[in-house]
Amino acid sequence: MMVKTLFAGFGGQGVLMMGQTLAHGAMSAGYHVTYLPAYGAEVRGGTANCTVAVSDDEIASPIASELDNLVVLNAPSLFSFQNRIAAGGSLFMNSSIIGVEPSRKGIRIFKIPSSEMAEKLGNPRAANTVMMGALMKVTGMVPPDIFLSSMAAVMGSKKKSIVEINQKAFMAGYEFLK
Amino acid sequence: MTKVLMQGNKVIAEAAIRAGCRFYAGYPITPQNEIPEYMAERLRQVEGGVFVQSESEVAAIHMVIGASAAGARSMTSSSGPGISIKQEGISSMAACQLPAVIVNMMRGGPGLGNISPSQGDYFQATRGGGHGDYRTIVLGPASAQELADLTMDAFDLADRYRTPVMILADGMMGQMMEPVVFKEPEPRAYPEGLIMKGAGAGKRKIIRGLILDPLALEEHNWMLDRKYRTIARQETRCELFRTEDAELILVAYGTAARIAKGAIKRLRDAGIRAGLFRPISLWPFPTNEVRDLATRIENFLVFEMSTGQMVEDVRLAIQGEARIGFFGRPGGVVPTPVELANVVMRRYDRERGITECC
Repeated sequence: MMVKTLFAGFGGQGVLMMGQTLAHGAMSAGYHVTYLPAYGAEVRGGTANCTVAVSDDEIASPIASELDNLVVLNAPSLFSFQNRIAAGGSLFMNSSIIGVEPSRKGIRIFKIPSSEMAEKLGNPRAANTVMMGALMKVTGMVPPDIFLSSMAAVMGSKKKSIVEINQKAFMAGYEFLK
Repeated sequence: MTKVLMQGNKVIAEAAIRAGCRFYAGYPITPQNEIPEYMAERLRQVEGGVFVQSESEVAAIHMVIGASAAGARSMTSSSGPGISIKQEGISSMAACQLPAVIVNMMRGGPGLGNISPSQGDYFQATRGGGHGDYRTIVLGPASAQELADLTMDAFDLADRYRTPVMILADGMMGQMMEPVVFKEPEPRAYPEGLIMKGAGAGKRKIIRGLILDPLALEEHNWMLDRKYRTIARQETRCELFRTEDAELILVAYGTAARIAKGAIKRLRDAGIRAGLFRPISLWPFPTNEVRDLATRIENFLVFEMSTGQMVEDVRLAIQGEARIGFFGRPGGVVPTPVELANVVMRRYDRERGITECC
């Protein structure tokens, strides 16, 4: 098994956090894992992305030429990356913010109104974690209990109330897709 | 032994702290800025730790010289353009036989180039880099785990041979997060008598790289040469991957070696029995080990993220005993395993071997 997932969105939407929690969760679940952020001459308010590879074997390249999963939080990221999804791969999009339809065919599409869902839970900034719930439901990469404890570990330095809201956000995303 | 998920640059810094590094000086440059950032925090926490963000790379390397002479395990780090500036000090350390660890997270060059991962600094690292007759031990890690292990080993090697040791990795190794387990470091064994801490009532000690008498400097050069020969005999390291039944060997180090491993899986699926020879010590180069392979395998393809540097060491080692091809992507381009596998399939013919040479 080898699953490559790319996360993308505006800087500040928690894009890198999504990748780190998946990487940590997959490590805790016993997989080989690599996490590679896009780095460069980035600007505040610009786009951010990162790639996570999860495998039961040694991982050759942390870069994905084809994506098994793409998680996008804003429209520019959808335009940039939808064509990198492998045939039969999955697209997870934040439909609260992305008002357009993906042009890409031959893939599974999951629309999650994650910003609205997070806002209802009391913190619109947890939209990224709602997406993680949906991603874990569909892919089954990391069991929810392991994911939640990994998320708490990655968020270690943050306030307890923030961790709690994110746990609720994860479960909301997990239960949103039947 | 707990497994932690850590970014490559921070792995190096944490491994250094655990190995007893208590002095770091450096000047910022992408893609290695997390090393000084992490060192600034950790050296504040450990007893006797000193961190300096220096005014320049030249200052940083000379501060490392001073700290090393005074007995501290010392480190500096940079990327290509900064490493070039540090060469004067590295040459001095070789001359004065002072231990230190220098990290180069390579980026695209020459000049300021760009900040993407590259392997264009191989010549500079393995040929000494600075002026004069000297060598630097160079280690080329290919995973976060090796960043941790080789950084700790680098401090031990630097002490044992009283010479600067370089960790040669690239921007991708520095930015990537992977699981890592930190091993227990060896206790430091560095002779107290070598440390400059004031003569007191004892004999005066001098460390110097200026030896004006040609005969004396010649003797100094031969003495260093004997040391380098000992290192070359004792400290080569390499990994062999699926070479037992191989008809074709890819040779690659660091990030390129990971890509090669991915390509080998695809080549094997296509019926080509490919294997990997991965030098871990880039100087001393594992010459005998690659030559041994060439006694039974006829085809080698060297893959580097450069226009072709390590390929010269492979040619020197194999000395015409096998066909050697080369494939390179310089300038900060990281090719995929699929691309490399396609290149091999295009250039390798079972009847005629590697058909397109460099």
